[in-house]
Amino acid sequence: MAQHQVNYASTGGLPIALTTADHLINWGRSNSLWPLTYGLACCAIEMMASGASRYDFDRMGTIFRASPRQSDVMILAGTLSKKHSEFARRLYDQMTEPKWVISMGSCANTGGMFNTYATVQGVDRIIPVDIYLPGCAPRPETLQYAMMMLQKKIRRESANMNNNRKQNLRLV
Amino acid sequence: MRKYVPKDNVQAKSYYTDRYHVVPTVPTQGVESDELFTKQLEAISSQIEVKSAKIMLGQMIVEINHEDNYKAIEILKNECGYAMLSEMSAVDYLAKDGNFEVFYQMLNLTESKRMRLVMRIEPGLAVESVVPLYKSANFAEREMFDMFGIVSNNHPFMKRILMPDDWEGHPLLKTYPLQGDEFASWYEVDKIFGKDAREAIGPEIRDQAQIDRYDTKRFSRVGYEVPFGADISAGETKTPIEYSKTFLVDYQAADGVEPAEHRK
Repeated sequence: MAQHQVNYASTGGLPIALTTADHLINWGRSNSLWPLTYGLACCAIEMMASGASRYDFDRMGTIFRASPRQSDVMILAGTLSKKHSEFARRLYDQMTEPKWVISMGSCANTGGMFNTYATVQGVDRIIPVDIYLPGCAPRPETLQYAMMMLQKKIRRESANMNNNRKQNLRLV
Repeated sequence: MRKYVPKDNVQAKSYYTDRYHVVPTVPTQGVESDELFTKQLEAISSQIEVKSAKIMLGQMIVEINHEDNYKAIEILKNECGYAMLSEMSAVDYLAKDGNFEVFYQMLNLTESKRMRLVMRIEPGLAVESVVPLYKSANFAEREMFDMFGIVSNNHPFMKRILMPDDWEGHPLLKTYPLQGDEFASWYEVDKIFGKDAREAIGPEIRDQAQIDRYDTKRFSRVGYEVPFGADISAGETKTPIEYSKTFLVDYQAADGVEPAEHRK
């Protein structure tokens, strides 16, 4: 967190650590990422395994919340059907800023094996995605790595979300 | 010359629908070969018109007129002991015969017998609902309506079951393309953002193997990561892969070489 070498002798022995507001805020945000409990298909089983005791998401400060109002991260775990896409977008809209999205698994990334009329061909058609996590289904370790990548991304960007370039719609 | 593709059947064909392929036929017996089926067929044919009857794979198949479906199933339930309606749906024969085949697969639990009641129905006509006789027909008839557009009269809740209520088209018709028509491909965009957003979002990418070498919005080379949307037409610089020293401890790297170095 501290970006500068702290010389206690020069501060008169006071325990002062110097940092920037961005780093302080992002430190807080990135270490308490609360995902929305939102499983769409078999990827949700791996997401549940990540949250359970063996893989233990809690040690990263990642606690699943049952309400979009209390969540920072939306993990789209599984196949998003076109019938459900409206409600996925509504849940995303109900989340308070700042918010991030992890697209988990092949189906959420591209539609995967469901190259059919009823499946959304990539959730980035309706929701801006921060992290694309490949796999079918990704193992819990991979989801944790995706969460760590998201933490890294948050720590790098500005605390003022208006300054961050967000991919609002897929620009092909 | 372009290959001729029939418009009334756009479904993907397997290689064995080759014109030289001979479809193996299922052996067919007459109904008189089974005593119980003979009695049941007599019970049906004494009250309604039976167009044909046969036994295939140990199951009786009876074809009737579609107007008689409720009466026939009432007879099968009350007089022939078919306590279960295992399955009912339709088959699209529009390209071949210009009609649908509606079938009812019945199960007699006491006699361990199965039979299938089939009927042909022209598009636009409705069948009589059998929900008063079998509760399992409720969802099955809704699904038949959803997938084929065949309405059941006097159904308690005749609405789509799988597709959204505002969906256009019936997906199990042979004329419905697997990857969806114009309406299906823009459904979620039109519904959430409106038609104006179509241009910004772009069409669906149906080619799953599509890779663009210089697209840094959707692709990223391992070891050559660049910021989102950066222009890499002039080449990108190599960045060493960062490994977490706390989470991903590699116990194999005893020789001092990172495992990813071996992979490269």
